[in-house]
Amino acid sequence: MERVWTLLSFGPEGWGDDIAKGVVLTVSLALATLPLGLAIGFFVALGKRSEDKTLRLAANIYTTIFRGLPELLTLFLVFYGAQIGLQRLVQLVSPGATVEINAFVAGMVALGTVFSSYASEVFLAAFRAIPNGQYEGGHAVGLTKGQTMRLIILPQLIRLALPGLSNLWLILLKDTALVSVIGLADILRQTGVAARVTKEAFLFFGIACLLYLVLAMLSSVVLGAIESWTKRHGVQR
Amino acid sequence: MNGNDTIAVERPPDVHQGWTRARIIGAALLTVWGALGIGLIAFLVNAWDPDIFTRYAPRYLSGFWVTVQLVGVSVILGAFLSVPVALGRMSGSRLIGGLAYAYVYFFRGTPLLAQTFLVYYGLGSFRPELQAVGLWGFFREAWYCAVFAFTLNTAAYQAEILRGAIESVGKGQWEAASALGLSRFQTFRKIIVPQALVVALRPYGNEIILMIKGSAIVAIITVYDLMGETRRAYARTFDFQTYIWAAIIYLGIVEVLRNAIDWIELRITKHLKR
Repeated sequence: MERVWTLLSFGPEGWGDDIAKGVVLTVSLALATLPLGLAIGFFVALGKRSEDKTLRLAANIYTTIFRGLPELLTLFLVFYGAQIGLQRLVQLVSPGATVEINAFVAGMVALGTVFSSYASEVFLAAFRAIPNGQYEGGHAVGLTKGQTMRLIILPQLIRLALPGLSNLWLILLKDTALVSVIGLADILRQTGVAARVTKEAFLFFGIACLLYLVLAMLSSVVLGAIESWTKRHGVQR
Repeated sequence: MNGNDTIAVERPPDVHQGWTRARIIGAALLTVWGALGIGLIAFLVNAWDPDIFTRYAPRYLSGFWVTVQLVGVSVILGAFLSVPVALGRMSGSRLIGGLAYAYVYFFRGTPLLAQTFLVYYGLGSFRPELQAVGLWGFFREAWYCAVFAFTLNTAAYQAEILRGAIESVGKGQWEAASALGLSRFQTFRKIIVPQALVVALRPYGNEIILMIKGSAIVAIITVYDLMGETRRAYARTFDFQTYIWAAIIYLGIVEVLRNAIDWIELRITKHLKR
């Protein structure tokens, strides 16, 4: 037991500080991915409910592809694919130059793409739950389309989409574990290193699982608070 | 005014569909997709190498079978395990309910990759104990570890699907069955389960798709499934088409499954169509 506490301490013998850095990286990656995924997901949802067939098709192709690929494969496609693609582009300009793709950015793009394709479905369902009268009402009081969207639809949309988006956030948090494979020092990578060095694999991977659980619980608390905040006016539908 | 006159109906003018903004964006995006698709095909044609194909096609096929077996075995074992967990979740006992909830919460709240590591690397810490009970041979193999971790994981998700489906069947169904003198077991088997399965079909299908996609991570613990073979092929050839082929195969599997589920759902909900 003594040994366990030493191993987990923040001192030179312990791995606490390394693992804490991993937690920071996991959380910041998830937080950085979130706005990207939400924004793309929202626009894809707009495309899917457009009256125009071509736009709908283009949006549906996007979700079909990125919901069908394993997250790990998407990550590799972005990481290696972008590396090769950019390399070729740069070599056109200055031969001999090499490019390194930042693993954090690759992770952000890959996870954001996956997140957005699921989020678009959540937004689409939320859009469908808003009756047409809301748009007509906005039109009747003389708001432009953009104003109607911003002032009338969006506030309701957020409330309706929040449960689905909360789920996606929890999934995103878990999916960040995949970036350990492309060398980012997240929770799983740091605990993995500790496990290899100390030969205490069960302890450290158990700690990793517990940390993810704690993050999930904290998120649930925060998301619950946001959800009750969006319902503060007691609007029921 | 006599009744023979045809009444002139005033219709709203036809909506003029010109090049609206949505249409322009749509056309532009479709062009991008089209260009990407053509670029992809051109890349694959360009990179086509009969040597690589004859060497790696059988490996991809065997990887595909490993993926299918892994997911098939885990989902089926998970389905068995999920029944007691779901019953535990619905039980009136606080202890059993709490234990089942903790199980579900743990496996749904942590990444599958971390769980797989915990089993594959972590259980190695208990090697003497496992050897004593004769289970070490099982947990030494990456494949069995993957099946073990995936089974526990999918059982947690399936338990929630099962519970949701059973609870979605109205209480009146139980009461009506009891009024007809059916025993609880008969009610469950003949009345509740058939209705619950209709509700559960889509979530179950999604769970299988998620498992197929999630199973790609076993490549990291040296199981040569489709992803593992892909990584090996890429490490040897440094040819990016290896990943493209994997993407095409995974997309194919998922699309086939998705359409199969749609078809089954259409068939089993025929009686509900009005």
